[in-house]
Amino acid sequence: MLTQIRGMSVIYLLISISIIVAIAFLYAFLRAVKTGQYDDDYTPSVRMLFDDELIKSEPKTKTKEEQKPI
Amino acid sequence: MTTSQCFHCGNEILKKEEILFDAKNFCCNGCKTVYEIFSQNDLSCYYDFQAAPGATPQDIKGKYDFLANESIVDKLLEFKENTTHIVSLYIPHIHCSSCIWILENLQKLQQGINTSQVNFPEKKVRITFHPEKTSLQEIVALLCSIGYEPYISLENFDEGKKKVDRTLIYKIGVAFFCFGNIMLLSFPEYFEVNEFWIDQYRGFFRWLIFALSLPTFIYSASGYYVAAWKSIKQGMLNIEIPIALGIVVMFIRSTVDIVFNYGQGFFDSMCGLIFFMLLGKLFQQKTYDFLSFERDYKSYFPIAITKILPDGKEVSVQVYDIEKGDRLLIRNQELLPVDGILISESAAIDYSFVTGEAIPIEKKSGDKIFAGGKQLGKVIEMEVLFSVSQSYLTQLWSNDVFQKRVDQKHKSITDKISRYFTPALLLLAFASFAYWVFIDVTTAFNVFTAILIVACPCALALTAPFTLGNVLRIMGNRKLYLKNAIVVEQLAKVNTIVFDKTGTITTHKKSAIVQDGVFEESELALLKNALRGSNHPLSRRLYDYLPEVPKATIFHFEEITGKGIQAVINGKTIKIGSAAFVGDTDENLLKQTNVYVSIDGIYIGKFIFDNQYRDGLEELFSKLSQKYELKVLSGDNEGEKESLEQLLPENTELVFNQKPEQKLAFIENLQKQGKNVLMVGDGLNDAGALAQSNVGISISENVNVFSPACDGILDATQFKKIDFFLGYSKNAMRTIYMSFGLSLLYNVVGLSFAVTGNLLPIVAAIIMPLSTITIVSFVTIMSNYFARK
Repeated sequence: MLTQIRGMSVIYLLISISIIVAIAFLYAFLRAVKTGQYDDDYTPSVRMLFDDELIKSEPKTKTKEEQKPI
Repeated sequence: MTTSQCFHCGNEILKKEEILFDAKNFCCNGCKTVYEIFSQNDLSCYYDFQAAPGATPQDIKGKYDFLANESIVDKLLEFKENTTHIVSLYIPHIHCSSCIWILENLQKLQQGINTSQVNFPEKKVRITFHPEKTSLQEIVALLCSIGYEPYISLENFDEGKKKVDRTLIYKIGVAFFCFGNIMLLSFPEYFEVNEFWIDQYRGFFRWLIFALSLPTFIYSASGYYVAAWKSIKQGMLNIEIPIALGIVVMFIRSTVDIVFNYGQGFFDSMCGLIFFMLLGKLFQQKTYDFLSFERDYKSYFPIAITKILPDGKEVSVQVYDIEKGDRLLIRNQELLPVDGILISESAAIDYSFVTGEAIPIEKKSGDKIFAGGKQLGKVIEMEVLFSVSQSYLTQLWSNDVFQKRVDQKHKSITDKISRYFTPALLLLAFASFAYWVFIDVTTAFNVFTAILIVACPCALALTAPFTLGNVLRIMGNRKLYLKNAIVVEQLAKVNTIVFDKTGTITTHKKSAIVQDGVFEESELALLKNALRGSNHPLSRRLYDYLPEVPKATIFHFEEITGKGIQAVINGKTIKIGSAAFVGDTDENLLKQTNVYVSIDGIYIGKFIFDNQYRDGLEELFSKLSQKYELKVLSGDNEGEKESLEQLLPENTELVFNQKPEQKLAFIENLQKQGKNVLMVGDGLNDAGALAQSNVGISISENVNVFSPACDGILDATQFKKIDFFLGYSKNAMRTIYMSFGLSLLYNVVGLSFAVTGNLLPIVAAIIMPLSTITIVSFVTIMSNYFARK
């Protein structure tokens, strides 16, 4: 009897936790939509690749600049 | 290396204009300057992402002076605070990753810009800047100088913050959340594990599932109830009725099931179905954000105009503030915002925007000039006669013709099918109920609800959005931008195609004129003077081509229609026109337009007008003429009749001298004969005809700017592919019919179980998602397959 009650409470607990976690994700999703993160689904994918480029190519362009007077 | 391409803009470089800089070739100074700006600011990896991504900067002298006017700037800003201003600018040139990169690094080019963010699908850049360190005018000037000129029109005015409708995404999110969790919680029931401990919690699981299904049932599916209710009120039977009915019945039956402990109900299927249907809607809704089909005159009008104060000072004012009696300054290429009287000595006004006549009209001081005209050449002054809202162009726009009919004449294919499907389904449901009710009441209710649930035409409802959504996307990739899915259906029904001539089957670009024969300077002067009086399109083009000469008095001038001009100047008789008219025996074998010249009866030479028809015209027409009735309408006179007749298939009807209203009437007449007309025109001046036709497609060299009341916009380079698009739309409809058959098959199988009262919940739960998935993948694969052909 005791084990049954304990088992019961575990199921209730686990299910409620899983639902709460799911609701948290739903809330996060709705917030993300609200702040406009889903308005443009293309640019970020391109932008993501830029940061690397900028760092890599900055010294390159500078050397180009130095070469110019010659 | 005979021809090389500009490092910046990729245009071909003319040898004599080539500029070498930093070991790179440029086509003009503008491109070189942009490159200089970028390389000085360490931004030259702009060129790394894409070869030749740039555009030649245009001269904007004074064009954006109005941005100095604070009240105008206020209207454009999205957000305004002491230290932060935010503005969103629409930049048509945005087209590749280099564009995104450079526009998001604007802060390196201009002090005071904090951040800039590009929205690629909408071709917009959102710039945050510090108003004390820089100004909107400076930013716009900077954008222009690097070849990214923003498009600011009256439409931006009062725009402020636009409200974005994200309801559909919310609904999908909620539906997916419910769907996923219900599926998880239903697992024990799916496998019907009759273990003791699961039986213990059955009630808990079921009520939890019930609670989870509520948000989907009430919120996510709300659109279907509204649509169904509307169509019932209008007395129409569309697809929404069985959908809404199916959802409601499913919910009620499932609730009854769990209340009386009959079973676990169909909550999982219900949520899944709603989720998939919403997904289909989203798929169809995602078209091209950067094209706006619902534009009105506002998007063409300038936002501000230069006004001359009585003391001679020039100020920028909003067009809405223009009053009768004001004096305005109109620069080259600027649109007249209002009707008025010309004050300057002369003006050349291009009314192609309104009338379609591409040749500028000369106006003298005191003449009335109308809104919508574009000044070409030097700066002019005008006095205002009416305010903006009373002007000719605004009246033209408010004309009924320009309002593309809001109520859809055409029933979509889904609606047409559901007109039979819905009553048949209801009949079947009630008939089986009536049959079973005498045998067993409980089974009767079970059968009744099972029919409505299984037959819920979710596959049927999904077919069209998924197919047409995919077709729209594929066509968009190939540069035909259709307004919505219904256009695809209408396109498939077309049997008559009407082409406009100017700007549609011919290009707008002035074609080259080649001189054949030796002309002395005095002869050219004679020629130019003679041409001055003629209004024939060829004369005008030749006139523009010839160098400026002093005016001479014309003694005698005669224009013989279809032949040429005869004039007597300085005692010399000059004849300009066709070979026969001039008396030259040289036969015109080539499909060229030639103008022959003779002076005092002696043949001097000829001018060859390069063929200005679009690429692939002949081939396209010969292909189309096999399946469609073809007509060509032209606003010009019959000057080109012969060359067109040679070029086009025999059964093509050519109609000349058509005013915009006549073009409209022509199409109306065809429709009265029961034809489904596709009109291919070039935007505004054909707007009436485009709106009247079943499908109006406008050909545009620049799809971003020109999109008036039409159903679709076709990039001019794709003109020769019209037959592909027509064929493709037919195949798309075929795909839809095929998948309708497939989904009906599912329904028949499901229903035959349901009617006999043998449908197990598990079978229903399998059939429904399975049918959805097969239908969606079937139509996607088919539409991609047809596109490849």
